[in-house]
Amino acid sequence: MPTALPVLNDRFRPVERFAARPGRDYTLLPMRLISLDAGRHVLTNFAGEYVVLPKETTRRLVRHELDTASDVFEELLSRHFVSVGGSDAALDLLAVKYRTKQSLLAEFTSLFMFVVSLRCDHSCPYCQVSRQSLDRHAYDMKPDVADRAVDFMFRSPSRALKVEFQGGESLLNFPLIRRIVERVESRNLAEGRDVQFVIATNLAPLTDEMLDYCRVHEIVISTSLDGPRELHNQNRPRPGGDSHKLAVRGIRRVREALGHDSVAALMTTTAASLAQPREIVDEYVRQGFSCVFLRPLSPYGFAVKTGLARKYAADEWLEFYRAALGYIIELNLAGTPFREEYSSLILRKMLTPFPTGYVDLQSPAGLGIAGLIFNYDGDVYASDEARMLAETGDRKFRLGNLAVDSFEDVMTSDALIDVLSETMTEGVPMCVDCGFQPYCGSDPVYHHATQGDVVGFKPTSDFCRRNMGVMRHLVRLLEDDERAASVLETWI
Amino acid sequence: MIKLHARLEKRLDAEPFVARVARGRGGGRGDLREVQFVDGQDEPSPGYGGYLLAEGLEEGPWAARPDAWPIPEALGHLSDGDVVRISPRSGELWVMYRRGSTSNSMLLTERCNSYCVMCSQPPRDVADDHLVRSYLEAIPLMSRETNELGITGGEPTLLGDRLLEIIRKCRDHLPETSLHMLSNGRMFNYLSLSREVAEIGHPDLMIGVPLYSDLPHRHDFVVQADGAFDQTIRGLMNLARCGVSVEIRVVLHRQTVERLPQLARFIARNLPFADHVALMGLEMMGFVRMNLEPLWIDPADYRPQLTGAVEHLHRRGMNVSIYNHQLCVLDRGLWPFARKSISDWKNEYVDECVACAARDHCGGFFASSSLRRSSRIRPLTPDMIPPESATSPTLSATP
Repeated sequence: MPTALPVLNDRFRPVERFAARPGRDYTLLPMRLISLDAGRHVLTNFAGEYVVLPKETTRRLVRHELDTASDVFEELLSRHFVSVGGSDAALDLLAVKYRTKQSLLAEFTSLFMFVVSLRCDHSCPYCQVSRQSLDRHAYDMKPDVADRAVDFMFRSPSRALKVEFQGGESLLNFPLIRRIVERVESRNLAEGRDVQFVIATNLAPLTDEMLDYCRVHEIVISTSLDGPRELHNQNRPRPGGDSHKLAVRGIRRVREALGHDSVAALMTTTAASLAQPREIVDEYVRQGFSCVFLRPLSPYGFAVKTGLARKYAADEWLEFYRAALGYIIELNLAGTPFREEYSSLILRKMLTPFPTGYVDLQSPAGLGIAGLIFNYDGDVYASDEARMLAETGDRKFRLGNLAVDSFEDVMTSDALIDVLSETMTEGVPMCVDCGFQPYCGSDPVYHHATQGDVVGFKPTSDFCRRNMGVMRHLVRLLEDDERAASVLETWI
Repeated sequence: MIKLHARLEKRLDAEPFVARVARGRGGGRGDLREVQFVDGQDEPSPGYGGYLLAEGLEEGPWAARPDAWPIPEALGHLSDGDVVRISPRSGELWVMYRRGSTSNSMLLTERCNSYCVMCSQPPRDVADDHLVRSYLEAIPLMSRETNELGITGGEPTLLGDRLLEIIRKCRDHLPETSLHMLSNGRMFNYLSLSREVAEIGHPDLMIGVPLYSDLPHRHDFVVQADGAFDQTIRGLMNLARCGVSVEIRVVLHRQTVERLPQLARFIARNLPFADHVALMGLEMMGFVRMNLEPLWIDPADYRPQLTGAVEHLHRRGMNVSIYNHQLCVLDRGLWPFARKSISDWKNEYVDECVACAARDHCGGFFASSSLRRSSRIRPLTPDMIPPESATSPTLSATP
């Protein structure tokens, strides 16, 4: 509260005349809460703003015992957890904020992944796909399938279309990539969408001609970098054992040809990675990247099922994540700007009014309505993970096939609609009451694969445990560690 | 200060009129909507609607004409293309528009539905319909090359349809001129008014709306009107919904700086559609003079709040500026956000500024700052001046 001030000229009314009368009734606005630690709750409002309160204060709040003249009450009033009689603009603001947070839904599907070949020169044990050897052209996407996929994609109403080429190793079927790019470009002359092309590749087969083509057609590159040489090569074996060398050389060539920011890298955390958080971050810094996405291993890919890659517990990954994040924050404080992307996504959800497009943290899930994937054989899947699940024999999330199903068939299929309606965390058991609901999602493919149910049972869900761990950690840093908070604030 | 009002000889038999000033060789078009400025360099020419006689000519042959007025030396600044209103019966000349100024503003009414504790232009409940009438006459006389024109008050939205007429007139006669209106936003609580303004289709209109607190009752207190916060918030939302650009203005004083960081957070979270946020130093005019002690705070004493607010808004992608502050009272990191915002006619520098190397970068003072100004005003040395590259807003990643 303001300290006592010299009084205004008596033709003006003092502030007390405008304040809510002490002890006056207040109204609770929609909110959720979760324990942060032994003594504190995190409360989130309808639009994802949060406050951290001592648990006793929460109790007084919900019993309508808070003093409306107290600092904590003013904080809750400012952030739309409560309203007092006379002012109800909070409801309008909450409505607008909620609408803004959900605004991506109106855009509909914008990411389309084309699996142009299942062939690959690598044999990574964590591979999400049952990769095929280099000579098996039966696992290439056929031109007529690609053409149908392009037509299908343009049925989406989204103003922005992102075309991502996936594998196997996508560059092994470069002629088809060219065919798709050119068909999209010519089609887009009339459509006028905001189109972006991305090639996901291990960079090993990269040629100068491919780079020229990428430059002319403004294609950007996404590649894999798992960490320092030994770890990367161990994770990503290929004949010759030189995956790291080829990736690093490829990154350099892409930057020289297309510009520094035309290549992004993704890492997968394997059991071997868990002991090397700093080394992985250092490698990303050394290779000139400004961020790293600390991505956990999908525990249901082909190789995991076949026992080739060791699973690890959510807590092991969390320990790794916290160590890497702490190290990244120290790097920033020492003058090297560098971000961790998963944290950035969640911080944007916490600290800004805007939505983020990350598929796994949406409600309803981003399945189909954020992204779709066209398999080499024309099957349409709701996500990359849905495709990998199908490779292990479970076709639960196969939405149709380009040869027989139209965009309308696929997007209104029971396979999609039924799942989506079960992924709204606003109504999913336990999610509905969780303080982190506004930041989270409900990955149905994960829960189906690990628990046999698309909704899942949250107390034993590693998805839940991992995300709660990340979110609790970020809130604690923001609240309790001023130095860390000053860095995290710059990542939004 | 440049004088915008002056006394003339009274002429009881002539009607008030609005005219453009013609001055110098090739000035004006020689028509009845113009008054010629006669200063001894050029001979008066026939055909003008009136004549303003500079000092020294009051005894000349033209002085006897009923349409010629000797003017005081303080109006020597009048230039070709300026627009004046002459009221012969009351003997007043009012400079409505100066072509060479970057801060022309139209005060359309002195009436207001708020009663802000720091109002620099205290409202008066008077019949001032002549203001709108005069400006409707003046707008067609203004230069089409005018960069920006302001609308102010009082509260212009109280004029209803006549405000719409002014905006329409600007759209038709000054299509290349940015129009910036100051409004407390409360009347835009009515969606119909927001729609009507939007439907005019002015090519470059922005409405600057003040918001003084994240807490409804504290905003209501500053503007001394119950329910004003809700009306202003809904007004801002309505304007945004209709596609009208809005700016949020925060006047900084002792009653608003304490929660400035919370207000910045509130704006970034709730009103991210605002095209601009202006954090403004106090002008020591009007009600400030009678509420000096409860309002005054040395700007050097609210540096932490101001820096925190600017950083918060800037990081969230909001376009934020600092108005009416001297560079020597701002944290160095805030210099790129500081604008030279004080209207030229009331802009001054003080003794300390003479030796200051940053003077050309600095917005200086309101003339009214003689009442009170920061105790920390000091000349800056050349090594403190930003290189040109530092004039775009960037903040260091870490404190």
